[in-house]
Amino acid sequence: MEFISQHPVLVAAVVKIAVLLFIVMTALAYLTWLERKVIAHIQSRWGPYNVGAHGLLQPLADGLKFLFKEDVMPPVADRLIYTLAPFLALSLGLTAIALIPFGPPIVQFPNGQPMFVVSDINLGLLFLFAITSIGVYGVALAGWSSNSKYALLGGLRSSAQMISYEVSLTISVVGVLLLAGSLDFNQLINGPNGQAGYWLHFIPKWNVFPQIVGFLCYLTAAIAETNRIPFDLPEAETELVAGFHTEYSAFKFAMFFMAEYANMITVSCLATILFLGGWLSPFPASWTWQNYLPSVSLLLLAAYCAWNTVSEMRGIARLQLGVVTLLAGGGGLICLYPPIAAGIQGPFWFTAKILAILFFYIWMRATLPRFRYDQLMSFGWKLLLPVSLANLVITAFVIVWPLLRHG
Amino acid sequence: MNIAIIMFFACALLSVAGAMLLILAREPIHSALALILVMMAVAVLYLLLGAPFIAAVQIIVYAGAIMVLFVFVIMLLNAGVEERTDFSRIAKFGGVPLGFLLLLEIAHSLYHSPVGKAIANGAGSSNDAADTAKLSEMLFRQYLFPFEATSILILIAILGALVLARKES
Repeated sequence: MEFISQHPVLVAAVVKIAVLLFIVMTALAYLTWLERKVIAHIQSRWGPYNVGAHGLLQPLADGLKFLFKEDVMPPVADRLIYTLAPFLALSLGLTAIALIPFGPPIVQFPNGQPMFVVSDINLGLLFLFAITSIGVYGVALAGWSSNSKYALLGGLRSSAQMISYEVSLTISVVGVLLLAGSLDFNQLINGPNGQAGYWLHFIPKWNVFPQIVGFLCYLTAAIAETNRIPFDLPEAETELVAGFHTEYSAFKFAMFFMAEYANMITVSCLATILFLGGWLSPFPASWTWQNYLPSVSLLLLAAYCAWNTVSEMRGIARLQLGVVTLLAGGGGLICLYPPIAAGIQGPFWFTAKILAILFFYIWMRATLPRFRYDQLMSFGWKLLLPVSLANLVITAFVIVWPLLRHG
Repeated sequence: MNIAIIMFFACALLSVAGAMLLILAREPIHSALALILVMMAVAVLYLLLGAPFIAAVQIIVYAGAIMVLFVFVIMLLNAGVEERTDFSRIAKFGGVPLGFLLLLEIAHSLYHSPVGKAIANGAGSSNDAADTAKLSEMLFRQYLFPFEATSILILIAILGALVLARKES
């Protein structure tokens, strides 16, 4: 007990890491479920339906399958790097999430540590870029160490693509940094010149409005950075079998998959923080009814599940959806308790915004065909980079102009 | 023992081991990976010195951009295992002792220099480099000319590479 009271930072960090890891791992698993469901419904199919009610146990079944499959390693592969690559990809993908603040720093543990961010550092954005910038090694080394043509081509494409789009990604963000004048996530969202407050009393002061060009550039570059359709050239199955992970099987393959989804979550978090006001609610703080929104949405979900359980599910699926109903309903009731309702506001809005961006990602995947490789490169260098540079220059000029006139 | 000192020795060992591996590895990709290890360890050393901005930039620029290009080129050329010749005698008998001598000399002069004393006395935790605004002010006011001169140098280097790589027609 003495140890716990003497090291508040360490203890709080361990607890937060454990909880966050559990939440993120679950989110990764159910992101695959969401993706398959959304794409299926866009294409007029059902998607996963048989394993669990509405396919809700499908991620679990997939995970078990990956665990119990044979782990094949090509005899010509570089053993050390072949094994290292998936670990590198996944651990970097998960580390980046530790920097994200999911709620305001005011909500604290009893020992004074902020509750919703694992690592609250001054240069959060810079370190996030540092972590994501070395994320490319996972893919590039996987491609090289497999010692296979297709994998090597995939790895090559991936590193070329990530170098190209990282430039635009970083530059599109600098406009926001100029507006906020800080690299700290909390100040970016809520600081003196942050995104709190309203224009014309109803438009929230989120950076997406003055920086709409930067936002679009960021979204495009972020899709390319995470190797998603329409930029998924590194694993283009029509040309390269499966690209950089052609030779990977079993859990190492699953780790690449998890890393990709973790990166998706990271870039969505970053877009939320920089452009969409982070954990801020779109409504004024005086509208106290919004404290009940999390519990109302959970209770509505519970009501839908209950109706679906009774009217459509049969047998074991009825039991499974019943459990979901109870979980959602119980969560909704807990969120009615006023202190929790007030504290959960930040994470609620943050999650809602992340989900919107992730839905956009999945929507793109269901809608757009893949780029050709030369199109990808000329799009990145000849369109995206000049546009984001122009955005940066104009933003800087608008900020400096009043100073020039008066000084 | 202080956790900072443990971290310092761990990272110092890691960077020296990485540098040795960089020279001794026969596969070019292994050398590149060892160099990345060195850069990461040095970035942590910067952090320990109280310069988080430089640490982050070190990772972003060196490990995240330049080394990616290195790895890219090694992969593109599909460079194989290096062939080794025997060490030259002069390098073995003259070079290694001289190297140690140089190391000792650097250590000695650092130990007696104001910079080394300041670091030993725990400077760095309140370093100006810790504050990004102060750092950029120094970079763009006090050291503006060297900064711009460096960027022009880099531009010249790029142009030189372009000229050298251009095919004669």
